[in-house]
Amino acid sequence: MGSEITSKILRTVPREKAFYFFTSIGNYTGVSASSLKEFMERLNEVDLKSLEFHLYRGDFEKWIDEVLQDPELAGEIRRLPKNSLAGETVRSQLYLAASRRLKKLTS
Amino acid sequence: MKLRSGSTVLDDVDLKILEALQEDARQTYTGIGKHLGIAHSTVYDRIKRMEQYGIIKKYVVEVDAEKAGAKNITAIMTIYTDPKESEVVAEELSKTPEVLEVYTSLSEELLIIAKVVAENQESLHTFIANSIAPLPGVLRIRTSIVTKKFKDTPFSISSKPKLMFIKGTHNMK
Repeated sequence: MGSEITSKILRTVPREKAFYFFTSIGNYTGVSASSLKEFMERLNEVDLKSLEFHLYRGDFEKWIDEVLQDPELAGEIRRLPKNSLAGETVRSQLYLAASRRLKKLTS
Repeated sequence: MKLRSGSTVLDDVDLKILEALQEDARQTYTGIGKHLGIAHSTVYDRIKRMEQYGIIKKYVVEVDAEKAGAKNITAIMTIYTDPKESEVVAEELSKTPEVLEVYTSLSEELLIIAKVVAENQESLHTFIANSIAPLPGVLRIRTSIVTKKFKDTPFSISSKPKLMFIKGTHNMK
């Protein structure tokens, strides 16, 4: 992958483009992420309810695809077996996907 | 109507005129005068002065949104903010057409309370995620979607004591 594309995916986006973690419609947790690295870190901190809320709505892959412009990670998250994921498995699966991708991009 | 330093004192006649206008703002000066037993010129004079001093702010039409076919949802947002940024956040919120009312409140933390309307839950969420959460100083947001309205009445002059002191900026000797 070209270094230009890699830099684009790894960049820090302006705050209006950041990912804002909600637990339900209109209920913002106060946690946000402005880059892939920050996103990965926040996955470990944020309320599990928030991860479930966004996972089932498809918000993660949408943000990763449209804002970070990383279709590969977006696709991986889209393919997660959402209906069979529950509890902390949601967190671990998301974290695994994001950290694997970050490692690949930074190595 | 008498004006004191920094305050406006309304007398019985002013209050009765306001009460009549709140019932029906389209009444004529003659109609109000007849009802109150005073000359229409007095009604005219009092109303003009109350408009001049900002006691009467505007005449508006109250629309029944449901009957008008608007299928909106209403929500009450409680926004927890960094105290240094709360004024700016409240001002920014006030600029958006989706937000109808904005208040600040000091309880344990500094809060902004705002009433917001949206077409549906998804557009409400998009609006909050894209326009409110990114504002600098917003710490977190709690949103309650209104499911049923029991009362929605504008402030009525008749519900207040007869003599009112309204804080103003005009002085008159």
